[in-house]
Amino acid sequence: MLTIENLHAQVEGKDILKGIDLDVKAGEVHAIMGPNGSGKSTLSLAIAGNEDYEVTKGKMLLKGTDLAELNTEERAHLGVFLSFQYPVEIPGVTVTNFIKTAINAHRKANGLKDMPASELLKKIRDTAKLLEIDSKFLSRSLNEGFSGGEKKRNEIFQMAMLEPSLAILDETDSGLDIDALKIVANGVNKLKSKDNAVIIITHYQRLLEYIVPDFVHVLFDGRIVKSGTKELAHELEAKGYDWIKELA
Amino acid sequence: MEFKEKLLSSYLAFEEGLDLSDTVHQTRAKALKTFEAKGFPTKKDEAWKYTSLASLINQDYSLFPKSEATIELKDVRKYFLYDTDTYKVIFIDGVYSPFLSNTTHDGLDVCLMSAALSKPKYRKLINTYFNKMAPQDDSLTALNTSYAKEGAFIYIPKSIVAEKPIEIIHFSSGNENALWLQPRNLIVIDQNAQVQIIERHQSLKEHPVVTNSVTEIYLHQDSFLDYYKLQNDLPSASLIDSTYIAQEKNSHASVHTFSLGGKLIRNNLNYFHKGEHALSTLKGVTILEGKQHVDHSTLVHHAQPNCESHQDYKSIFSNRSEGVFNGKILVDKIAQKTNAFQQNNNILLDDNATVNTKPQLEIYADDVKCSHGCTIGQLNEEALFYMRSRGIPKKEAKALMTYAFANNVLESVQLPSLKKRINQQIANKLGVNLGFEL
Repeated sequence: MLTIENLHAQVEGKDILKGIDLDVKAGEVHAIMGPNGSGKSTLSLAIAGNEDYEVTKGKMLLKGTDLAELNTEERAHLGVFLSFQYPVEIPGVTVTNFIKTAINAHRKANGLKDMPASELLKKIRDTAKLLEIDSKFLSRSLNEGFSGGEKKRNEIFQMAMLEPSLAILDETDSGLDIDALKIVANGVNKLKSKDNAVIIITHYQRLLEYIVPDFVHVLFDGRIVKSGTKELAHELEAKGYDWIKELA
Repeated sequence: MEFKEKLLSSYLAFEEGLDLSDTVHQTRAKALKTFEAKGFPTKKDEAWKYTSLASLINQDYSLFPKSEATIELKDVRKYFLYDTDTYKVIFIDGVYSPFLSNTTHDGLDVCLMSAALSKPKYRKLINTYFNKMAPQDDSLTALNTSYAKEGAFIYIPKSIVAEKPIEIIHFSSGNENALWLQPRNLIVIDQNAQVQIIERHQSLKEHPVVTNSVTEIYLHQDSFLDYYKLQNDLPSASLIDSTYIAQEKNSHASVHTFSLGGKLIRNNLNYFHKGEHALSTLKGVTILEGKQHVDHSTLVHHAQPNCESHQDYKSIFSNRSEGVFNGKILVDKIAQKTNAFQQNNNILLDDNATVNTKPQLEIYADDVKCSHGCTIGQLNEEALFYMRSRGIPKKEAKALMTYAFANNVLESVQLPSLKKRINQQIANKLGVNLGFEL
């Protein structure tokens, strides 16, 4: 699904990623953990194609396509979805209109006609039900005045609507109470299939109790310094990140 | 010959066939003297600091069309809000078109200014209201007054609710090389009456047109006016719109101005409160491109206690377009308990686009709530990235944000088909098809 080779990236001229190698196959869940400032969010934004993050070396391939050739929206059309750590508020655009525009943009890019309104409404209703989202919420302006938890749940709602091949969940657990965390995890697990992959970026191991990763990677100072299975997450939870710094 | 000279020397031709001893004509003649003395405003006038008429008045225009233009209904139908469900007062090159219009005298008067000015049965209304709301010392208004003969005349009697909206449309056919139009409208809404009006000026071919329009509106006690100005003309057409609204007790006057196209547009929108608890609403959406120029110059004169005014203007500028917002709120000493609010938000999409925004609050009362806020910014880059990461292409994302920015003004449009029309025009302008209405 996603192959990253020796990826280097800069923000405002400062090197943040210093040679990342990662191979995520369809059907897998990968967790990327690491202390603050290690480059986790930079990695997710570089994959999504934020122009502030300049790839200086290495490459990223999604389903064999070089992502460097694609802008942000084209990456989305190919199947990249980033659940934002800090979702942006867009006053005046309702959740429903936003998701409708997004879905039809995907369909247009893939040579399909707009989704019929009845089909779209059904899909919105079913997805909202899955994520236990109140229908009133759907006619509110996107993220405007949403609580931290509502914003994150809305991200997963969009993910469920867009059905990406590669979902990157950036700190999706922060701001969620335990009940909301379970609902979100449940939603992600239901959407998981042998045809898609999930990258979970997190500081803590909490979310990984509910979405069990196949692999765990530890990012420190722009490099993956250790990879393992879910036990590694437990080890990090117990011992903290200090011993990782010594590895680097 | 300078154009000002032409306006003065052509007056004899205009006077032909008019009753020169009539009081209305005395008003005209007096106004011509005012214009002669003051001339066109220049950038030295504080109110015209950011808008220059020089490029408009350095050329020649026809004042009276030489031939009567005919227009096929099929060519202009698209400019009508509805085919049959509106009253229409339609002019072609300043001349009334009975064929395209749908006027009435059944319960209310929707007819012509020329009829109102000449027929005895309207004499009392004319004497009471004509040129009474407009100031006597404004040179462009004086110029309009001096040539005032044609336009729309609307009278809504006591407790009548006009069951259909009224469309006032001025077409310019392009038959004349260059045309200078001066329509004059008078609207009187009697006690407890209500009316919705849509006004537009539309060139059918690219050719220089300048419209110096004056509209006077009088709202009696408890009346309601819902007025929409659609300004989406060709880039060869300019409009100077001076609208003067007087409001009595408990009346509500709402004006929406949609400035989406034209060479130069100047909107002088003036409100004057004559009774307590009057409510004034002024809203605008401006979306400009190329080298277009729009100047919104508003004045709300709170001259009575307990009145309220709300102004909300949203503007978006691309390329080298220019905008001006000059919003004045004047609160007299006796106008205690005034609530006056003003918002002007601007987005500049290009480095070469400019906006000058100048709120002016002159408050002589001590127990009032007045606020103003203006912002000038760019589209939020983070929000753009967020939308693009969801697969929405950049152009659509920008359009969506533009809509969102203007949404609270669009939302307050009371006529659903007009709202749809404006949404469509904005979508066309932004080059997108969003597939939904906000």
